[in-house]
Amino acid sequence: MTQMLLNALLLALRAIRRNLMRSFLTVLGVVIGVAAVITMVTLGNGATRMVSDQISSLGSNLLILRPGQQLGPGRDSAGAQNFKLSDVDAIESQIPSLRAVAPVVGSKVTLVAGNQNWQSQVNGTTNAYLTTGNWTLAAGRSFEDDEESAGKAVCILGNTVRKQLFGNVSPIGNELRVKNFSCQVIGLLRAKGQGAMGQDQDDIVLMPVRTAQRRLIGNVTDVSMLMLSLRDGVSADPVMEQIRRLMRERRKLAEHMDDDFHVMDTKQIAETLSGTIRTMTGLLGAVAAVSLLVGGIGIMNIMLVSVTERTREIGIRLAIGALEHEVLLQFLIEAVVLSALGGLIGIALSLVVCLALTALMHMPFLFNPGINLLAFFFSALIGIVFGYMPARRAAGLDPIVALRFE
Amino acid sequence: MSDSPLIRLRGITKTYGNGVAAFQALKGIDLDIPAGQFVAIMGPSGSGKSTALNLLGCLDGPSSGSYRFRDIGVDTLDRQQRALLRRHCLGFVFQGFNLLARTSAQENVELPLLYRGAETAQRHAAAREALAHVGLTGWEHHTPAELSGGQQQRVAIARAIVTRPLLLLADEPTGNLDSQRGHEIMELLVTLNRQQGITIVMVTHEPEMADYADRIIRFSDGLVASDHEKERA
Ligand SMILES: Nc1ncnc2c1ncn2[C@@H]1O[C@H](COP(=O)(O)OP(=O)(O)OP(=O)(O)O)[C@@H](O)[C@H]1O
Ligand SMILES: [Mg+2]
Repeated sequence: MTQMLLNALLLALRAIRRNLMRSFLTVLGVVIGVAAVITMVTLGNGATRMVSDQISSLGSNLLILRPGQQLGPGRDSAGAQNFKLSDVDAIESQIPSLRAVAPVVGSKVTLVAGNQNWQSQVNGTTNAYLTTGNWTLAAGRSFEDDEESAGKAVCILGNTVRKQLFGNVSPIGNELRVKNFSCQVIGLLRAKGQGAMGQDQDDIVLMPVRTAQRRLIGNVTDVSMLMLSLRDGVSADPVMEQIRRLMRERRKLAEHMDDDFHVMDTKQIAETLSGTIRTMTGLLGAVAAVSLLVGGIGIMNIMLVSVTERTREIGIRLAIGALEHEVLLQFLIEAVVLSALGGLIGIALSLVVCLALTALMHMPFLFNPGINLLAFFFSALIGIVFGYMPARRAAGLDPIVALRFE
Repeated sequence: MSDSPLIRLRGITKTYGNGVAAFQALKGIDLDIPAGQFVAIMGPSGSGKSTALNLLGCLDGPSSGSYRFRDIGVDTLDRQQRALLRRHCLGFVFQGFNLLARTSAQENVELPLLYRGAETAQRHAAAREALAHVGLTGWEHHTPAELSGGQQQRVAIARAIVTRPLLLLADEPTGNLDSQRGHEIMELLVTLNRQQGITIVMVTHEPEMADYADRIIRFSDGLVASDHEKERA
């Protein structure tokens, strides 16, 4: 029995050596399938984790109030009325559990300083924005009360904007052209780095909300979003409900009407974002599954092309005294060895690729044993099925039929 | 030894294909071959010689008739038993050689021993000896693609005799050899036959090769046309 197994192993290894090209292509098919699936899924997991990490770093006390219903199937955000600056005062005075309420109105515009120019997001807001966004100043100062109320042309720069426009020169006190007006730089935000969706959070300019309304948007009452931060130890849900009620009242929504605005807390933001990432991961996974399938079809092709030769070889073996199950065992071992080899190389390759890519994208590397096992066994199965099935058919033939096979 | 012959064929027919395409290659063969005999089968191309040899080698089954080998009804054996019969009792030299491609002469010749479960060292030695018998010392590590037709034929002969089978079936074993090589191979077969008692059934077109045999059977159109036995020298 062990003798027979050893013989089959010997013959299988000889067969692999004899058909190096075929063996190589089979292994390659498995490697590609396995590596693709594992890499895609691992990167997807890493991205999801990265997003949720970054969102939790936003803090758990941020709320966002936006016009329109929350996006989703059958929801509508078009045509919803914007908020007013008076909403900010009303919320501040009526909901004491909030520490800060920041109006935000902004757009993406071209900035010019000296002979440099740069496109960036310019937000009109108040000093409360620094609290809600967890910002601190690296240099300069925040807005004075009279600058906010009069809408003076002053601004605070994010670090990326500073780098792009001023290089290593301190920007404080310098002039910056924003669209068509000139603005004095009074402060510099401390750098934060990449945001949850990979965007650059430091690519931003802040100015008093009235300045932005008048000179950027041309609408002196509306703001497009409110950012609110809760006092420590206050739970989000009751406050969100209070805000909802207050806003319904202020927007004069009748009993039967749906909200035409929505409040989200960080948990919901996180869910929305990781939902998106999950969809992406799913898509990548599907792409990977296709490549696994393509790998499998490649293997199948190689095996079918060599079926004539294999059948004749099996005929020879049967004719000189091999038993059917010995021949099958040999081919099974060959298929298992090749598939397993391909699977292991595929796993190793995906490890290398994942380590490199996660390092490159500043993503956490999450080893997922489940997908490794799954990909390994699935491709091994493909290799075995396509390597073994043609042999199985051939070994069932009469030796003379197998010998004459064309 | 019982007096029953090693091989007994009765009313063997073989039909290839079916319906209008059916072709009867053997039309009723009766034949007894005692153990230890050296038989040559001759006859025109297409007369059914290879077909008969394949039946004797249990590579194929007859359409009707009975084949008894050592008094065992071959038709009562299952696939596995027939494979074991081939493994332990038969050696076969195919008309088309049927060597494993991209496999050295040495490994080709070792193959039947491997299936018999022979020890590695013994396998190597026996294969080398068999190759030496057919004059291929020094060619052990060449693959069929690197050998001439005659050399391939000799590898096929070595593979058939390496197990010292009870019955050696050879389909035109000298067909690709020059006459000197052919005579050398015949001497080898005669030696195996005389010294080891190996029964040989050989198909040949060449009368001078058939002369080495004890008995010459002529096939014609799927039937035995003549059957001459010689006195051994
Ligand atoms: N697998 C097959 N299918 C159909 N017909 C076959 C098959 N094998 C052989 N035949 C036919 O049977 C007949 C006898 O064939 P066989 O190979 O036994 O001839 P042979 O006597 O060995 O001839 P040769 O001297 O040319 O080798 C031939 O007419 C051949 O066409
Ligand atoms: Mg023939």
